Amino acid sequence: MKILTPVIVALGLGLNGCGYDAHDGPSWPGVVPAVVQDPDAKVQVPPPPFTEGQFPCSDCHEAGLPVNTTRRVLKTAHEDIVLRHDEQHRWCLDCHDEKDRDKLHLASGETLEFTESYRLCGQCHGDKYRDWRAGVHGRRSGNWNGDKTYLLCVHCHYSHAPAFQPLEPKPAPNAPRGDLR
Amino acid sequence: MIGCAAAAASGGCSDLTHTSWFRGRFREMSDAEKKDVIADLEKQHSERFAKAVTVGAEPPLEGVEFGYALDISRCIGCRRCVYACVEENNQSRDPQVHWIRVLELDKDKGIDLAHANPYYDAEKVPRDGHFYLPVACQQCQNPPCVKSCPVGATWTEADGIVVIDYDWCIGCRCCMSACPYGARHINLMEPHIPAEELNPKTHYLGNRPRMKGVVEKCTFCIQRVRNGRYPACVEVCPVGARKFGNLLDPSSEVRYVIEHKRVFVLRSELNTRPRFIYFYGL
Repeated sequence: MKILTPVIVALGLGLNGCGYDAHDGPSWPGVVPAVVQDPDAKVQVPPPPFTEGQFPCSDCHEAGLPVNTTRRVLKTAHEDIVLRHDEQHRWCLDCHDEKDRDKLHLASGETLEFTESYRLCGQCHGDKYRDWRAGVHGRRSGNWNGDKTYLLCVHCHYSHAPAFQPLEPKPAPNAPRGDLR
Repeated sequence: MIGCAAAAASGGCSDLTHTSWFRGRFREMSDAEKKDVIADLEKQHSERFAKAVTVGAEPPLEGVEFGYALDISRCIGCRRCVYACVEENNQSRDPQVHWIRVLELDKDKGIDLAHANPYYDAEKVPRDGHFYLPVACQQCQNPPCVKSCPVGATWTEADGIVVIDYDWCIGCRCCMSACPYGARHINLMEPHIPAEELNPKTHYLGNRPRMKGVVEKCTFCIQRVRNGRYPACVEVCPVGARKFGNLLDPSSEVRYVIEHKRVFVLRSELNTRPRFIYFYGL
């Protein structure tokens, strides 16, 4: 599968409020279309969502901040992030790279861009990764027989607390009333 | 024809061409006849809704038989699909017509359609102890609705989509009583769609505006899928529970589902052989 390297844009995570435009295709607040860099690409992936003002991480982390590799609950920064993702066994630097702060890393030590975060997720969630690559896990749009857009895992699952959040349902249909005009 | 009767009442039929008045069934018409009929329809709808409405007649694609798979372990019952379908397919807003009905079922009882609740209301879904089963036309390979139509107004296309020629439908509702899925809906009253909400890209056998007294149902978004696009419900589903593709293509998403997941069809005991399957993605 060919994955593009999209331009990284600071975005809020807002998929749950997805809208739909019947005439121009889907529109999701907080997600912009991928930048097409390869005209032959059959699959596009929108840029990953970032909390506004957080990326690039190196803006703060490489300005003389020493790396504290002690496993701990963060109290001086990022305290708004509450980890609900195997928090008994995981912490920040299991996924974020301690040397290159703008990248993630795999268990093997290989670093990767945020645009390839699905490879990181796939280390533990291999069955979902396999289904996602086949187009069966997750959401696709575009053409069933041609160009299409995938979403990254993190577009639907907030990486620090990935359980899918309940949604407000659309209105129930009218029950039959028996008073047809 | 009820369609023409309705159009005549609103002054529309007086402008019809000779072909439109004396036309045959859509599937028996020549290309020239189709062109005339479609030109008439485009003119009528464009005048009625004061915007440019196109009526397509794209034929089935070669080597394609459409199939649909829905992951009931993912569906959360949010009804986004119901309303995306209404917008895309120009269903009447008043009186309300919904082609997709989302059933809420008890996990304790399993698929117990007799006690399913389509009218659930909740602040958030999914509700504890429940699961959800969206039901629309199952595009049967052995469709009881087609067999029951006394006038041949509904049939199966070569790509597997069961379609209705609204201009031939007499509104007898035999097909509705024959369908074991409740997938067919009739416009008992004049359908109303606000002009600004009308989807102007239509197909003759799909989402063109319907008239009073005809039956309608899901066509897999025929106006989209015959142009290569996913159906509207597939694109809008926030949990990605809906999968669509070509059953004859071994690399399609639906074939992957059939070959790798636990699947079932609704009411298999009736031998309707749906092209719409349900599966457990987990």
